[in-house]
Amino acid sequence: MVDTTARTGTPLIDMRNISIAFGGIRAVDDASIDLFPGEVVALLGHNGAGKSTLIKILSGAYKRDSGQIFVNGEEASISNPRDAKKYGIETIYQTLALADNVDAAANLFLGRELMTGWGTLDDGAMEAEARKVMGRLNPRFQRFKEPVVKLSGGQRQSVAIARAILFNARILIMDEPTAALGPQETAQVGELVMQLKADGIGIFLISHDIHDVFELADRVCVMKNGQVVGTARTSDVTQDEVLGMIILGKCPPGAIPGPGALKIAA
Amino acid sequence: MTDTASNPPVAHTAEDRARESELSAIGRFLKATELDIRMLGMVGALLVIWVGIHILSGGLFLTPRNLWNLSVQTSSVAIMATGMVLVIVMRNIDLSVGSVEGVIGMVMGVAQAEFLIRVMGLQVGNPWIWIIALAAGVVLGLMIGALQGFIIAYLEVPAFIVTLGGLLIWRGMAWLMTSGRTVAPLDATFQLMGGGPRGSIGATASWIVGVLACAAVAFMLLNGRSQRKRFKFPLRPVWAESLLGVVACAAILGAVWIANSYPWPIGIVRQYAQRNGITVPEGGLFIAHGIAIPVLIAVAVGIVMTFITRRTRFGRYVFAIGGNPEAAELAGINTRWVTMKVFMIMGILAAISAAIASARLNASTNALGTLDELLVIAAAVIGGTSLAGGSGTVLGAMLGALLMQSLQSGMVLLGIDSPLQSVVVGAVLVIAVWLDTVYRKRV
Repeated sequence: MVDTTARTGTPLIDMRNISIAFGGIRAVDDASIDLFPGEVVALLGHNGAGKSTLIKILSGAYKRDSGQIFVNGEEASISNPRDAKKYGIETIYQTLALADNVDAAANLFLGRELMTGWGTLDDGAMEAEARKVMGRLNPRFQRFKEPVVKLSGGQRQSVAIARAILFNARILIMDEPTAALGPQETAQVGELVMQLKADGIGIFLISHDIHDVFELADRVCVMKNGQVVGTARTSDVTQDEVLGMIILGKCPPGAIPGPGALKIAA
Repeated sequence: MTDTASNPPVAHTAEDRARESELSAIGRFLKATELDIRMLGMVGALLVIWVGIHILSGGLFLTPRNLWNLSVQTSSVAIMATGMVLVIVMRNIDLSVGSVEGVIGMVMGVAQAEFLIRVMGLQVGNPWIWIIALAAGVVLGLMIGALQGFIIAYLEVPAFIVTLGGLLIWRGMAWLMTSGRTVAPLDATFQLMGGGPRGSIGATASWIVGVLACAAVAFMLLNGRSQRKRFKFPLRPVWAESLLGVVACAAILGAVWIANSYPWPIGIVRQYAQRNGITVPEGGLFIAHGIAIPVLIAVAVGIVMTFITRRTRFGRYVFAIGGNPEAAELAGINTRWVTMKVFMIMGILAAISAAIASARLNASTNALGTLDELLVIAAAVIGGTSLAGGSGTVLGAMLGALLMQSLQSGMVLLGIDSPLQSVVVGAVLVIAVWLDTVYRKRV
């Protein structure tokens, strides 16, 4: 993947020196990361490396202990998911975060329902919108009347993604978006990511699948034990080098080392 | 259920039609009318119970008099059951409703029979008495609900414990108010909320209510159809729409007819005739009860609660939280505030039930509403509310309340001893939930 993104101007997101501890464990320790418009930045690392925690701080699910978050160059105060949405930050969680017992349209608009002039839910309008956006993502999807618990993994994933893009997100966080999907659906998500990129949306992609990452991401940021090992353009490093960052914390020459990089005895 | 996503993309109407041909006659009927099979099952069970008891009791059950009484007896539990649906849908429970009902009944009783007259100096019969007493009860219900809801939502004490504490606390408070003394009689206007010959609206008004209700049903069916047309969604076939309308109107008018077939007792007719200078003709004067006021209140509560659950943002959030609390929180819903509001609604409904129950007794006793929490929870659960959260309907809970009350009144008519009544009611509850579990697994 050739990096065509010009990383100039103000980053969409700039997280600086973020730390959070649960009990005695420093889940995220002095991590900094940025994201530019139209860019896909992949966050890599082992289970428990702190990727999901860092990203949940951005989406407002966790409150950071220290550090700053800048959105479009301005310091943002994000202390709950509602705040994050105000800044145009939308998240697709690993657990999909859908209300299983209500239908696709209700899930798409959860928290931001369309109302009629009478102040009541406008289910018709919501279903019509849902049909429109789902038609773009997954044209074969027809089960609008059923609770989402009855949908397949791929269908649920498309509902979750539709939910994020429906509200013109500027920053999209995708936590393992393809973990539950088959190859065809994974390819579909890939196409979708490219489409969103072209629209100038910045995407944080959390993944275990290094192959996926090189396919989709412009940059990778590797975390280990809560610290950033390093950041690199996918065009400047090889998959093996990135694996080395994940497993050993060894920062290759093509990457900008972070505080978590293995200190090589000179 | 076939997986539509595996079919090639086709217009939904065509696909629906294609699928329709695969279904059986019953399946086609259910699909066309969009009726819920569980709801039909409940109505079926209710009819079986009614007919069964009618036969066993030698024709005592399905009489205007008994059905009218049944409707009045059901009102109080049915009203609280509508709120319990929301509580249980949100994965909570409220064990305190019976005691809350008791303490509010006591407060309203003391207010109207003693405080407003002796302390505030209002004349007996002053219309402000019942208004102030009722308002005080509703406000108290709201406050009790807010307090319990706050402890549950913000202090994170489990609802089971908070309301178990409430069960003891509010019952104790009801006793403490008058040291266990019963307060009677209540204000004459207040008593109308309890039903009885005066607390019913009479034949003419009942017919008017019935006709208005039929008009409302027709309007809702037409409005739903035009909404679907507006967004080009598949429409129900015309025969299905008409059938639904006709059945609903027949049920409404049938209920009115039954209420209007139950005459005032002879003694009250005689009093009424004397007071109005009417001579009672040979064979007696037929004055119909009509629909009882508590039943009208219960129906109104049912409509309002259905509206809240189905058509408002708040109702949508209650169900979403019940389905996946984490998802709701992540969607930016203020789950704590929604939880607190649900308990506040439950408190208000307990106050309305308290008014009906104490008005019906024409007295406030500290035992008012004892064990009602169990009837209310049972009604909600029999009515299809899942204790796992996320699903339930107001109408189902009200039918559940009617079913429980039918069983209980029926057993009284059959002369079954009260310990055995408890055994039957308990067994029915367990069997109903078991059937529901089986049903949910198969769907």
